[in-house]
Formats: sequence, structure tokens, C-alpha cells
Amino acid sequence: MIHRKLSIVTATGLIAASAFLGATPAHADEPTPETEPPVVELVLDVSGSMKAADIDGQTRMTVAKRAFNEVVDALPETTQLGIRVLGATYGGDNKRLGCKDTQQIVAVGPVNRVAAKNAIATLKPTGFTPIGLALREAAKDLEGTGSARRIVLITDGEDTCTPPDPCDVARELAAQGTDLVVDTLGLAPDEKTRKQLVCISQATGGTYAAAQSEEELTDRIKQLVDRAAVPPPVTPATVQGAKDCASAPLLAAGVYTDRELIGEHRFYRVSVDAGRELRASVSIALDRPLNRDYGVLVKAATVDGRELVRGLDAGSGRADVISAGLRWSGDEEPALAATSDICLVVSNSFASSTAAGTPGMPVELSIDLVAASQAPDAPGLGRGWLLLFVLAIAGLVAGVLAGWLTRWWVATWREN
Amino acid sequence: MRKLLGLAVLGLILLPTTPALAADPTDGPTPLQSITSAGTSFLTAVTIAPEQQVKVSAVTGDYLYWQFPATAGQRPEVTIDVTLPTSGRSGDHAWTVEVFDGLRRRQACVGGEQSPVAKTSDTTVTLGCRLRQVRSWAEPWDGDPLPGTYYVRLSSTDLPEKDLGLPLDVALSLKSPTGDTGADQGELAAPLVPNNQPGKLLTTPQPSASATPDDTSFDISMDWLPDFSSRWVWTVTGGIIAAITGLIGFSWTRRRRV
Repeated sequence: MIHRKLSIVTATGLIAASAFLGATPAHADEPTPETEPPVVELVLDVSGSMKAADIDGQTRMTVAKRAFNEVVDALPETTQLGIRVLGATYGGDNKRLGCKDTQQIVAVGPVNRVAAKNAIATLKPTGFTPIGLALREAAKDLEGTGSARRIVLITDGEDTCTPPDPCDVARELAAQGTDLVVDTLGLAPDEKTRKQLVCISQATGGTYAAAQSEEELTDRIKQLVDRAAVPPPVTPATVQGAKDCASAPLLAAGVYTDRELIGEHRFYRVSVDAGRELRASVSIALDRPLNRDYGVLVKAATVDGRELVRGLDAGSGRADVISAGLRWSGDEEPALAATSDICLVVSNSFASSTAAGTPGMPVELSIDLVAASQAPDAPGLGRGWLLLFVLAIAGLVAGVLAGWLTRWWVATWREN
Repeated sequence: MRKLLGLAVLGLILLPTTPALAADPTDGPTPLQSITSAGTSFLTAVTIAPEQQVKVSAVTGDYLYWQFPATAGQRPEVTIDVTLPTSGRSGDHAWTVEVFDGLRRRQACVGGEQSPVAKTSDTTVTLGCRLRQVRSWAEPWDGDPLPGTYYVRLSSTDLPEKDLGLPLDVALSLKSPTGDTGADQGELAAPLVPNNQPGKLLTTPQPSASATPDDTSFDISMDWLPDFSSRWVWTVTGGIIAAITGLIGFSWTRRRRV
């Protein structure tokens, strides 16, 4: 009797302990990758239009300078910062010269607050607004540094040096590097400036904000620098999906980036063994103006084109990315998993009335191979009122039978 | 005997606190700090925990991302209050909150106002999304919510182009009450947590056996024993009732002594 009690108590304890242990490992192996220090370059427009005194009664330049000083003071220690200006030196009318006017006044690196503030103090609103060129140069400044590169573009007026169209430049830069993001900030922007800045930020997966006061400007720059201080946990590897499965690149688990044109299909191969589960997710960024409704489809198929499973999503309206994902277990078809690779096909149903050409839209492909999950057996424990009722009736019947048996047995024992 | 009893009791006391512990392993013993930032993509999503205070400044047109872990049996619910810009709005803003699982698959909201439209005169807008109960296992082709990472994305889907970039404030609260624990059987071998490592192109398939060393042979496996759930209560109660009715049945067959 004591033994029975003891074993029940132990079992309860074990159950509780196993539940406790079972719940924790799920998140114990969350990745903690080491990343390089984040880098950010502020690109400030110092063109003639910054003389306008329309922010709280002060010139845009004065306000921008004060905001910059405050941001430099509040900068996190780990952040590497550079500052580039455009339209700061050439005051003449020659467009060719004026449109080459951009300099880096603070080199990218750990912040020297005094030097940065001194450099800002000397700025005078002067020339043209070569945004496209400044973006190109800023991207060069950030080359080879850090994992995630962020440019914060602060301007009060549209580009006066088109061509090249700064929006095209931004898209081209984003397509070259893997991790370049341009956040834009409009100082009391007019409609044209706003459209241009929105286009630049959309093309690179950045954000756009308008600042009508010094407080708004300072808050926003701080927000952007804070965001830059937390770089993404991974720099995706660049990959080029093929036009068919036979020539498709073979991928290991990890995060990849690619470009896909509207209506294009991209193929990748993954080797999935029996007992393993393939997990794939795809995000396509909406980096250009698109028609209202759109969708993305990712399919897992055999090499000869038989579909195994698909993931899809569709949406409408404004969005930054659209994503879909799928799981496929090698245990479902062990013979297939043992002999051949699995094909992943990424396609989209975007439509655009404008700029639909190269470079394609950014694709982020994330692949994971984990142990396959076992399909559960029939439950070992029951639940519900029916169960209780059945057990109660079974107990009653068993009790009655046991009683009769005992009576019969006692009766026969007495007789003999 | 007493020690054992004490241990078992301790186990039972620990049990209800487990989800809270598992929800934020990085936070340690300190109380949850309030969060003042949001990510701008799935990769940079900021991790939040249930009952943690989240207050973020942003602008109209921003896409804000957060992520949180969930375990089987939980019913995560996100509530978001957006304080809209006071001036400069020229039309209605359509907002939406979307929840995605670790594979970035859209998860259905079964409660809450997922896509409200803020009129020009409104000063705040409230969004909410309650997920279905997270299952412990689902077929690979199934889209049911599973244990792992969840992403929350807040965005405005439709607003006048003129209204982009105006400052606003966002307050988010996450609740993860535990629902019916006995609803499911089976267990997912690995939670849906994104594998954030840089990709690698291969020329020959990688042997996967080396990746998972087979060292389970030395463990005393408790896999056959189901985790504690309401099924244990039902089954044990059923056993007790059966024993009682058994005794009642037995007593019926006794000769009544008058």
C-alpha cells in the first residue's frame, strides 16, 4: 500500500519535471550570432534651398545643424557613423560642376563627437542637390564595413541633377549590395520631394518621414540611428535561382537573397534526407509601385516537376514584403528523399504599370533542415464526460460481477 | 516518503509558471524592461514577451515588426493602440495588424479588430489579433499555429500619399494565456524558429547524419509518458470513479441483513 502511494507520488513528480524540462529547450537554441558593428552614414543636403526660414521661424540649415548636434551627442557607443554633405561648396551656376558637389566630412568610424560637431558647424547652404551622386558615393563610403549598411538621407528639396534619377540609383545600389537600406527624411517637403524620397526609401526597403519641426527631425534621426544600432542577425548569402530544376543551385540551410522579375519563376534545389524536414520561407519585397493586388507562391516539387507541397499568400494595398512558407517531411516519401533532391520554385503574381524591368524585386529565401516530426499515435490518455461515464459503468458492472463471483465462490467453498 | 512528496509538490508548483519562463529565457530574474523600438523587417523584428510594455514612436507609412515565442497550448493575443498624428492628415487611414509564424506563413486572427479604418477625425485607433490555440503538432502541409517564433507586423495598408511620414505613437500589449492543454497529441521535433545563419551554396549534398549526433541511446527516455495535461486529470478521475462505482456494484450483490 505504501509502495503504491510512493510510486504515484514519484510519477506525478516526474510528469511535472518532464513538462518543465520539455518546455525550455524549445527556445534554448535560439541563435545568438556575433555581428559586426552597425554602420550608418548621414547624408545631408546643404543646397541653396536650405536657407529658407520656414521651420519654427528659423532656417532649415540652423535646425538641421542643431538636430545633428543632438543626435551626435545621443549616439550609441557601438555605432560607426559617417557624415556626407551635398551641395556644400560650389556656389556658381554651372550645372555640370554643381552636380559633382558632394564630400564626406566625417569618415565612417567610431564617433569623435567634437570633430563631428566642428565639421557640422562650418556648413553653409550653397549649391545644387545631386542626390543620386551623393547616394552612390555614400554607398562607396560604406563598402566593406559592417554587415548592415544604412544611409539616412536628409533633404529639403528634390534632386536638381536628374539624370540619373536618384530613385533608379537607389534601386541599382540595393541590387548591387546585399544589405543597403536608405532611410529618407524630408525637411518641410513639397509634393515632388516627398514622391522622390518615398520612391528612394521604397526601392531599398527603407523608411520615409517628414519633419515639420526641429523636434520631429531630432526624434526621427534618433529613431533611425537606434534602429541602425540593432543590425539584422544575419547577412543573407547572394544566390541566383535558375530557370529550371536541372541547373538550379543546391542550397544548404540558411538565409539567401536573390532578385526576381515580375512573372519570373526561380528554381533552387535542396537535398532532404528521409527523417529530415524541409522548411522554406520566401519573402518578396515590394520595392516599386505595383498594381493593387499581388501574390507570391513557393512550391516544393520533385526534379521532374511533380508538386509535393505549396505555400502561398496574396494581398492588396501598401505592403513592404509578402511572404509564404512551407514544410515538407522526407518521411512522407522516403524513397524520393533518398534518391533525389527537392526543387523549390518561387514565383509571383505582381503587375506593374511602370518600371517593371531589371533589377528584379528582392527575394529573401530562408531554408532550414530539421528532424522530421513523428505523426502521433492514438492518444494514450482520455478526456471528456463520455470517458468518465464509460469508466463508471464499467466499474459498476465489474463490481457487480465481482460480487456475484465472490458470493458463488463463498457458497461453493462452504458446501465443500 | 516526505521528501518525495515535497519534490512532487514542488514539481506541481513549478508547472504553472513554466510558460512564463519559457517565453523569455534571455530576460533572467529582472522584471521585464519596457521596449521602445520596433524592427523594420522580419530579420530585424524586436523580441517582446507577454505582459511586457511596448511603446514605440514611428511615422505613418512605417512597417513595424516584433516577434515573440509561443509554446503549445497558448492562445497569444496582441492588442495595439495607435495614437494618430494630430495634424496634417487629409483622409482615412486603413490599418492592419498581421501575425506570421516562424515560417512567415500568415496566421488567421480569430478575435480582435484586425483591419480598422481610422477616420480623419479619429485621434486613436485600436487593433487586435487573437490567434488560434498553438498546437503541439500538425501535419507538414497544414497551416495550423505551431510552437516557435511569431511575427507581428503593424502597417497602414491604405492612406493618402500626402499623409506619409507624420509622427505617431504605438503601444502594444501581448497576452499569452494557456488554453486547453489536453487538446492535442504529438510533438513537433523542432519548433518553428527561423534558422538565421548565412546561406551556403553546395556542390554535393551535405551528409545530414553528422549534424544530428545520435546520442539518445544513453538517455533514459520518458517519451512514452505524455506531458502533464488535462487528459491526466480526466483519466485519473475516471479511474477513481470506476473504483467507486465498482465498490457500489460489489455492495449491491451483498445479502442485506435486516
